Amino acid sequence: MKEETSNNSRRKFLKSVGITVGAAGVVSGFSLLGAAKAAAQEPGETVNLLTQDGQLVQVDKNQLRPTVTGPLTELQKRGREGIAGKSFVMVIDLSKCRNARKCMAACQNHHQLRPDQHHINVLQMQDAEHTAPYFMPKPCQHCDNPPCTKVCPVDATFKRQDGIVLIDNERCIGCRFCIAACPYSARIFQWTEPKDAEKYKNLTYNIEANVPQKKGTVSKCLFSADRLRENKLPSCVSSCPNGVYYFGDQNEDAVTNGTTHETVRFSQLIKENAGYTLMPELGTKPRVYYLPPKNRAFEFNGDLLNEENLH
Amino acid sequence: MNDLQEQKETTLSFEKIKKDILRPMQNHKGLELWIAFLITVISVCAWAYYVQLRDGLGVTGMRDYVSWGLYIANFVFFVAVSLVGMLISSILGLLRIDWITPISRIAEIIAVAFVAVAGLVIIMDMGRPDRVVNVLIHGRFQSPILWDITVVTTYLTISLLLLILPMIPDLAICKNELKKASPLLKKLYNILSFGYINTPGQYKHLHKMIRTLMVLIVPVGLAIHTVTSWLFAATLRNGWDTTIFGPYFVAGAFVAGSAGLIVAMYFFRVSYKLKDYITDVQFDNMGKLMVAVCLVYLYFNLNEFLVPGYKMKTGDDVHLTELFAGHWAIMFWSSQLLGNVIPIMLLVTKKFRKPFPIMIISLFILAGAWIKRYVIVIPTLLHPHLPIQNVPQNFVHYYPSAIEISVTVLSFALALLIITVLSKIFPVVPICEIAEQKGIEVKIEA
Repeated sequence: MKEETSNNSRRKFLKSVGITVGAAGVVSGFSLLGAAKAAAQEPGETVNLLTQDGQLVQVDKNQLRPTVTGPLTELQKRGREGIAGKSFVMVIDLSKCRNARKCMAACQNHHQLRPDQHHINVLQMQDAEHTAPYFMPKPCQHCDNPPCTKVCPVDATFKRQDGIVLIDNERCIGCRFCIAACPYSARIFQWTEPKDAEKYKNLTYNIEANVPQKKGTVSKCLFSADRLRENKLPSCVSSCPNGVYYFGDQNEDAVTNGTTHETVRFSQLIKENAGYTLMPELGTKPRVYYLPPKNRAFEFNGDLLNEENLH
Repeated sequence: MNDLQEQKETTLSFEKIKKDILRPMQNHKGLELWIAFLITVISVCAWAYYVQLRDGLGVTGMRDYVSWGLYIANFVFFVAVSLVGMLISSILGLLRIDWITPISRIAEIIAVAFVAVAGLVIIMDMGRPDRVVNVLIHGRFQSPILWDITVVTTYLTISLLLLILPMIPDLAICKNELKKASPLLKKLYNILSFGYINTPGQYKHLHKMIRTLMVLIVPVGLAIHTVTSWLFAATLRNGWDTTIFGPYFVAGAFVAGSAGLIVAMYFFRVSYKLKDYITDVQFDNMGKLMVAVCLVYLYFNLNEFLVPGYKMKTGDDVHLTELFAGHWAIMFWSSQLLGNVIPIMLLVTKKFRKPFPIMIISLFILAGAWIKRYVIVIPTLLHPHLPIQNVPQNFVHYYPSAIEISVTVLSFALALLIITVLSKIFPVVPICEIAEQKGIEVKIEA
């Protein structure tokens, strides 16, 4: 019993370290796998690693394992069920977005994506000819009536009890029907070998982060479901320098700003600020709410739809 | 003149029919060369598919926005052409229209070949073809893909039965007549003729089965193309999100299928020297049928494009402007004019319904039908609801890659190979049915 607890805590620790390795890359020039391989030969040596909250820690090389999370079936089961009692929502305040794109970068680091692959994409929008342009971060809307999960022939993409729409790339057959079905263009496909495939090769698949990514399968925003399990905010929310994102649990009616860490009432926030959802006429019932881009804290500095800004 | 024709018909004895139809199966110079050519093409293009398997779908021109491309357009085209089997041998057969007798088997062969390849094309389009069994293990019946798999396999099965069952008497003849056939073929004829010797009992049973299948394939045939259209219509995208996609696709399939049949009829008439069987009457009537199905298709096109074009709703406007006058205008208008309007205008005249002109017109209709599928699938994906930004330039356009084109050639060569092989080992014109129709007694030895 006692041993099990210590084992668990060690696993927990390793998990957070391991995810960091995957997310932030390895500091000190060590690759996780290289370190793990070396571990057998050189006992007692330590390596420096960066944790998720930015602290540098020393870890015994013997403790490093390429597999940093539980066995596949357990993760899949947990990932498919979701977190009981939760109902996750995101609020995006368009009046604050300055196109810093820290969210995009953090997301790409977390989910093993190249710079041109977006789980979240900051779009330059202009609703009509004479209306003011604005920046609009667009993650998966985690619809309550998701058109994508409906069309999946193998239940590879599905909606959990906590409202999150996930993709299981161990099951996905790559038919790309969900990509065609999504009106928000929120899904991407791994057309070729994913970024850093070698480095991630031996990691156990974590469905809640969709890492390692696999060639020939679909990927999408997951609200960083792996971080939510550790009571952390999604990568994009935490990395925003401008206070654009609120994230929280609709059941608790509380959302927390990723920048200021201020927690407010969800219902009040969207009521007082005329919150809305994207393309409500499609009946998808998104879980991502937007606050209109009024009283913007900045001048729009993007060249709307300028070819050069598209890269 | 009249006398002469009568005389010619009376000389058409059962022996002559047998001889004429079985001849190309026994020795047909050039056919081996053609088969060798097809196999070469298939082998070369199979390498392209191997590259795709090895390196991923990234070797195609498809990217995150245009995530369905050439392959899906081909799939829709193959399914469309295959619908001719249901149109000719079932609908017209059930109506007891007699001029279809000599061409019904060709229609069934096309149906079998094209629907079989359509199934393969879908697998070629998959990112993880190694996981195709997941569809059986984890299949969700809420997904139109499951419906599609169900109807494609059902249609293939019934089409195969509708090819083989009416052929049983002919295969009994093959068994007796084709002494020089390979042992394997002899065995095949032996098995598939099921000991048929044309007793009244056998005849009755067989025709009962055939009629049952002819009725069964009508809903399945409608379903296969309707469900194919639902792969698009079930989404929320401008250009696909319409209610008439089912009948619109079925009407288009009749056009494409009839054109495919006319081309095949012409080829077999000339190459297999079957002028006495696939006569001008068949071409003339197919021409009239073509005008009818083209008119129906034209009507659906008017509804599909004119009504949203009149309103120019946000979203539809970009899509339709690109089709009518933008990047896709040449393809769109050539498919509408060459593949539909001009053929209608020409085929109302009798002289254009002669074998050669109608074959040429049908080639244009087929090309138009393929282009039409291409402009149904791709432009819609280029105009999603939200702008395409922050992606490389090649995400914003779609041009099929050489690999993709090779795999397309592979699928077409495969369809042609199946047709060639089926028409080499089976009589392409029904011997017994022709004889019956001409009032000639059918004799099959045990």
